[in-house]
Amino acid sequence: MITAPKIEYGVLGPVLIVLAAAVVAVLVEAFVSRRYRYVLQSSLSFAAIALGFLAVILNRSVSGLFAEGAVAVDGVTVVLQGTILVFALLGLLLIAERGFQSFTAQASALPGSADEQRALASGLQQTEVFPLTLFAVGGALLFPAANDLITLFVALEVLSLPLYLMAGLSQRRRLLSQEAGLKYFLLGAFSSAFFLFGSAFLYGYAGTTTFEGIKSAIKTSPGNDLYLLVGLSMLAVGLLFKVSAAPFHSWAPDVYQGAPTPITAFMAAVTKVAAFGAFLRIFYSAMGGLVWTWRPMLVAISILTMAIGTIIAIAQKDVKRVLAYSAIAHSGFLLTGIVAFNKSGLDATLLYLATYGFTTIGTFAVVTLVRDAGGEVTDLNRWSGLGKRSPLVAGIFTLFLLALAGIPLTSGFVGKFAIFSAAYKSGNISVVIAGVLASAVAAFFYIRIVVLMYFNDPQEDGTSVVIPSPVTAIAIGICAVATLVLGIFPQPAINAINSLATFVAG
Amino acid sequence: MSSLTILGLLPLLGSAVLFLLPKEREVLAKQIALGVSSAVAIAGLLMATSFDRGTSTFQFVEKYSWIPAFGINYGLGVDGMALLLILLALVLTPIVILACWNEAEGGRWSVKTFFALLLVLETMMVGVFAATDIFLFYLFFEAMLIPVYFLIGGYGTGERAAAAVKFLLYSLFGGLLMLASIIGLYVVSGDQLGAPTFDVTELSKLSINNQTEMLLFLGFFIAFAIKAPLWPFHTWLPDAAKAATPGTSVLLLGVLDKVGTYGMIRFCLTLFPDASKQLGPTIIVLSLISIFYGAFLAIWQSNGDLKRLISYTSISHFGFITLGIFAFTAQGQSGSILYMVNHGFSTAALFLIAGWMIARRNSSKVQDFGGLQRVTPLLAWSFFIAGLSSLALPGLSSFVSEFLVLVGTFVRYPLAAVIGTLGIILAALYILIPVQRSLHGPTAPGNENLKDLSLREKIAIAPVIALIIFFGFFPQILLNVINPGAQASVSALNIGGDK
Repeated sequence: MITAPKIEYGVLGPVLIVLAAAVVAVLVEAFVSRRYRYVLQSSLSFAAIALGFLAVILNRSVSGLFAEGAVAVDGVTVVLQGTILVFALLGLLLIAERGFQSFTAQASALPGSADEQRALASGLQQTEVFPLTLFAVGGALLFPAANDLITLFVALEVLSLPLYLMAGLSQRRRLLSQEAGLKYFLLGAFSSAFFLFGSAFLYGYAGTTTFEGIKSAIKTSPGNDLYLLVGLSMLAVGLLFKVSAAPFHSWAPDVYQGAPTPITAFMAAVTKVAAFGAFLRIFYSAMGGLVWTWRPMLVAISILTMAIGTIIAIAQKDVKRVLAYSAIAHSGFLLTGIVAFNKSGLDATLLYLATYGFTTIGTFAVVTLVRDAGGEVTDLNRWSGLGKRSPLVAGIFTLFLLALAGIPLTSGFVGKFAIFSAAYKSGNISVVIAGVLASAVAAFFYIRIVVLMYFNDPQEDGTSVVIPSPVTAIAIGICAVATLVLGIFPQPAINAINSLATFVAG
Repeated sequence: MSSLTILGLLPLLGSAVLFLLPKEREVLAKQIALGVSSAVAIAGLLMATSFDRGTSTFQFVEKYSWIPAFGINYGLGVDGMALLLILLALVLTPIVILACWNEAEGGRWSVKTFFALLLVLETMMVGVFAATDIFLFYLFFEAMLIPVYFLIGGYGTGERAAAAVKFLLYSLFGGLLMLASIIGLYVVSGDQLGAPTFDVTELSKLSINNQTEMLLFLGFFIAFAIKAPLWPFHTWLPDAAKAATPGTSVLLLGVLDKVGTYGMIRFCLTLFPDASKQLGPTIIVLSLISIFYGAFLAIWQSNGDLKRLISYTSISHFGFITLGIFAFTAQGQSGSILYMVNHGFSTAALFLIAGWMIARRNSSKVQDFGGLQRVTPLLAWSFFIAGLSSLALPGLSSFVSEFLVLVGTFVRYPLAAVIGTLGIILAALYILIPVQRSLHGPTAPGNENLKDLSLREKIAIAPVIALIIFFGFFPQILLNVINPGAQASVSALNIGGDK
């Protein structure tokens, strides 16, 4: 006889609410007339995110394994899910912008075809992006909570598949965008295969897919250690791909550049939080017993990632590519938090993720505003003199760049300080020194953009800053305020994270 | 809030007012900047009268918890050295504003922005010298770069953007190395004291193992050596000084670069005494190289660019300052601190007058001047006195400090002192040759109708020259403030046979 599994619906609330809303949104897309769709879809999405956030808050003192041990809800999950939902909300604000068009009118119309012309001429505004976003958010929420390799894999796919589609939705340079989507899909599928293969090896080693089982298996070491090591490496490849760590980073610049900018913003923040959340749970909790095995590998990858991200960024001429390489470098910085493997490392990684997300969404939000008649302008040369033309936008962008560079009094500095000191404390001074040197190199290309905006004369080529509708303005405002507040008064955020962030005992 | 915070906040408030002014009210902006900075200078001098000269501990102390999770405090306080450097900054700022009344006109941005940036910079200068929490110090150390960067890049001449970026990147690089050391200190203090702290006094009690101490020392030292600048970390300075407006150069070389030598005394010697002692001789050699390298470059430049020349002389002077610091004698250190103050005034005089000469002649080449003594006697005399102060003529303030540095060095490193003394001869060359070429001789074509100092310029330069002469005869006033701290600092090194 098969007993029905016990599912704690309340504790799983955040994930369930968002996924349910996604399903409803699909129905809305199918049955509601086009006229009402945008209003309905956007309000449904915002409501789902807000309700999900409420559910996360209700979970704040929960700590345990749920859904038959497949999902762990503890302090770390609460912090990560809260962060993901905040960033999802900010991302949605950008996606909901209709003052200018970032998305293709009709994704199914071939680029350059008569269908596309017709869709454009009739002023279609597609809304499929809302349910897709909600599915991705649902997957992202489950990803760091998964406590079982199968759940983890399902979450990964629910997170990734919508993102592959969303990356191809850009209105401008559609072929480039579709190429980005395809590239992301193919490489992502490849890394998923690695991930799954690794899971199989781990199952072969431990005889179970739950993290608890793997953890206790490592303690008693019943099986073939080779399976364990191969499984762990392949699992790591899958995760490292998701966070765009070198040498699995090559998709990031193309996808960041090709995807519609609001999607890039969403992806850069939400995926990173989700993936590093899973990283933390696997490496701190499940694989903690193997720290001496995986640490040298992650030290090397962290240093390599920082170096590649910062050095290649110098040569970039497109603002979205610069930011993509910057995201790669930040993955390297974040890996130092994993390497630290202590409570400060855990706190610091969570803090860093929170600070980084606000800044990166803000940065991409500003990028959506700089446009000419054809759409966004991402060629850096055409950004010259922006400081003269629109001092406010250039000023805010400068703030974000300084935060990415980790200049004091911005959130980026607080995050960097916390994460580097945690790594130093664990005795891994080499990553700290590499991190500091990489920061010096990184400062160069951030400042180059600042120089371009303030010290070069504007070009008369029709590049201008559009006045956004309130949704984008609100998103930028929140990001800027968060960047400053987390930089100047980080104490409340640090307290909250420090007191919440503990893994469920198991 | 106590006095130091108020002193630091006033200029910042002034700059906020300037930012709010409409762009067209240029004269009003200048007047407000001058008024605010003069008021701050007077307030600073008044505050200094209640400074207790008998002790080496920090005074005017304030301390509030800021980010307790990291043990970061908002901690301010000054000893004699910090007080004098703050006063130097406060006195020079209104002089610079008055002297450079029309300097901002060729800028990329409005005139009011220039003066607002100067006031922001003043706040940073007060903060960086007053901070007793290393984290706070680091913050001001980095934040200071931003106004200077815009001052050079936005209002300078020639290759200003490139010079500004070079300045910024060098300083940022040094700052990041220092950050690595600060993180190290943070972790070590957490291990040894139970809870991590950034308080300088607390941190000086740590006993760090030798290898770690060396690394941490180097992080701080390289940052300060770039700032100072010491050979071989100096290459940003001539470019920055050439591109910056004279007023910016005055604050850059006169005050900001002192953060480097100040930091060596305050942080390197106090926190890492063993590493300082071990690396002392090496740094003495670097100082000597700086003295000669700067001097030779200046001599070589004495037919070239006036602003570059002055910046090379500064490299030589900074060599003397580090020489005195790492001689580890009370005399040497007192001399170095006094040198920082005096160099501030003499460089200020040189840069301001050179700036006026350049503005009048529209050229910065030494050979384009000539016969100024006849055409513009006051200008020429002021330049002459400033030059003599730079070469440390007895009776002018720099003489006392250079003498103290050399005497203080002699008791520990006689050879280094003797070699350093040769540098003085070179100083005579690099000052007197350009003086002769620009002030004396036949009037160069195009110079016949140059105007002498205006009333505004006279008012600006008079106090500087007066101070140069005054402290030449009464250095004791400053030394009384400096000595307790210098003695305490050197005796804390516990070097034995302290002379």
